[in-house]
Amino acid sequence: MRIRNTPDSYGIVAVTLHWLVAATVVGLFALGLWMVELTYYDDWYRTGPAIHKGIGILLLGALMLRLGWRLLGPQPEPPAGHRPFERRAAAAAHVLMYVLLFGVMLSGYLISTADGRPIDVFGLFEVPAIISGLPGQADIAGKVHLYLAITLVSLAGIHALAALKHHFVDRDRTLLRMLGRGSATETAADSRAPSRAPSHT
Amino acid sequence: MHQTHTLKALSLAAVIGAAGLLPASALAEVEDYVIDTEGAHAFVQFRIKHLGYSWLYGRFNDFGGTFSYDTEDPSNSAIAVDIKTASLDSNHAERDKHLRGKDFLEVDKYPDSSFKSTEIAWDDDGTGTVTGDFTLRGITKPVTLEVMQIGTGPDPWGGYRRGFEGKTSFPLKDFGIDYDLGPASTDVEIILSVEGIRQDG
Repeated sequence: MRIRNTPDSYGIVAVTLHWLVAATVVGLFALGLWMVELTYYDDWYRTGPAIHKGIGILLLGALMLRLGWRLLGPQPEPPAGHRPFERRAAAAAHVLMYVLLFGVMLSGYLISTADGRPIDVFGLFEVPAIISGLPGQADIAGKVHLYLAITLVSLAGIHALAALKHHFVDRDRTLLRMLGRGSATETAADSRAPSRAPSHT
Repeated sequence: MHQTHTLKALSLAAVIGAAGLLPASALAEVEDYVIDTEGAHAFVQFRIKHLGYSWLYGRFNDFGGTFSYDTEDPSNSAIAVDIKTASLDSNHAERDKHLRGKDFLEVDKYPDSSFKSTEIAWDDDGTGTVTGDFTLRGITKPVTLEVMQIGTGPDPWGGYRRGFEGKTSFPLKDFGIDYDLGPASTDVEIILSVEGIRQDG
């Protein structure tokens, strides 16, 4: 697998970052829902939130890296077999997921820094509080954080179902591409060959 | 004969009336005070043991109230305080968020708390007890505060002030809070510290 993307396929950096972000988001969502139900004498009462915050900050780093890589490198075209409606819906979903990701992380940051305390990332470094002391900041940010996270994970679920639909129903390369396989030009001598896949209809 | 009786009854009524007027004239000695929340010379503090090892202090920042003080008969005084539960402040935004949530005060559902005195017993030494109806989390129960007058007199700006501090404690579960904070932390202490400005004229 290439490092960089081509107009037809995802490189190893994009693929890795995609699945890293996906797994982290699902993990943080589950951890978040679980940790808020813990009671005072649970062993995880303090470590749960500490891990949630630390990973969240690292996720922000990964996401910025991912966006930077996306802006830097070529972005693969949608597979040729995708209908215009599918292309538009997919593009809108991708943009919305990025917006939700940043929204979830910003609201989470605002909960923890509401009274000016920094966020500790596994004792390695601290993220300082920039915005604090807004009226009801922790409470409002907490509600926004929950609802945006639910929206994000729901949309990611639809995104995943759409990928499975392309794989099992349409039998195209949409999902395989994001697994770093299935490029039409992968084995072709001329990797610049147009990505018009044979029509499968 | 009949008439004499009537006269006697009338004169008796006059005596009773005059006697009745005595407390009525004493009522003229009742001073009305507004609790000085504007200048923040009043505090609704609470404290609860943390794990049994230390005291955790917090307060409600948004409250208001009035009291009356009968200089002839302090037991004839009264106090009423309204507290906005969302204004809870324990100097830690995330803890405050938790305390405002459903595990504790559930402030979205129960935004108001209040105390209204029903019976005051005053000793000559400037201490006494104030019993009243305390409403928290939609539950109203009688509580009794041990109260002492801190001081009274003119202020440097032409007004007249009088201040008290009262303490009470009760189990959190009396008001429907059953979150487990540990065996040493079942009861909360409330410290009501108020300075009133006399309303003259």
